[in-house]
Amino acid sequence: MSLQAKNIAVGDRIVNKTFPPISRHTLALYCGASGDHNPIHVDLDFAKKAGFDDVFAHGMLVMAYLGQALTDAVAPGAIRSFSTRFAAITQLGTQLTCEGDVAELFEAMGEKRVRLSLTAKNEKGEIKLAGEAVIAV
Amino acid sequence: MVDRSAIGRSFSPVHASVEPGRLRYFFNTLGERNPIYRDAEAAKAAGYAAIPIPPTYLFCLEMMDAEKPFEFLEALQIDLARVLHGEQRFSYHAPVVVGDTLTFRSQVSDVVDKKAGALTIVNVATEVTNQHGHKVAEAVRSIIIRN
Repeated sequence: MSLQAKNIAVGDRIVNKTFPPISRHTLALYCGASGDHNPIHVDLDFAKKAGFDDVFAHGMLVMAYLGQALTDAVAPGAIRSFSTRFAAITQLGTQLTCEGDVAELFEAMGEKRVRLSLTAKNEKGEIKLAGEAVIAV
Repeated sequence: MVDRSAIGRSFSPVHASVEPGRLRYFFNTLGERNPIYRDAEAAKAAGYAAIPIPPTYLFCLEMMDAEKPFEFLEALQIDLARVLHGEQRFSYHAPVVVGDTLTFRSQVSDVVDKKAGALTIVNVATEVTNQHGHKVAEAVRSIIIRN
């Protein structure tokens, strides 16, 4: 769980996890579990009226999967920051792969830190989320 | 349309509790199996006072316990159907665990037009403090409005 600075090098892949396909059921559960009741993610009629072909995943659901992949590799309490850009809409059925590579080793606030470059991609390798996390090591 | 006059507008503070049942439901939804999140003893052994929240859960707590989860959209007269989430950032200063009560204070930190006004980006910055008055995190959400 805890990363050691001496064992880490730029380019190392530390985060790597693939998730099951996102179903309508997942979106319904996440709507309740997250408090994000925006109907665009669960109500097909609403989504169509808004100009979309179908409902689609909450960006924050995808970020939550990325966060899970991250905390499989590092302790939650070691995360100093976590940010993502929602690069593209994540469609139903998408099977996400979340990856994180060491981009930089540095010191700040009196501790050693690692900057991870993060992505969440679909099964075709298209980037849905891109971001980074800073971890204390 | 939202313009730069909205910068600095603040919204009702949200008080939220980290409840174990709701957090478990979140973990079940995501298929989370990490013992730190599932077992209070494992969390304590790892140095947490109780089960910690996962990295994005602050966003959820604020929405779940807000009287009006989309208050800022309503206040700025933004149609929910025209909104996409553009970016999300969190900075963490201290762990948040089951049993904590948090206060979220949000304000508009930036408004920018893109693509000749076809899109407007609104940033909302949120400061999160715990029951001891300690600042535990900051978050910035960036919302894209399809004008």
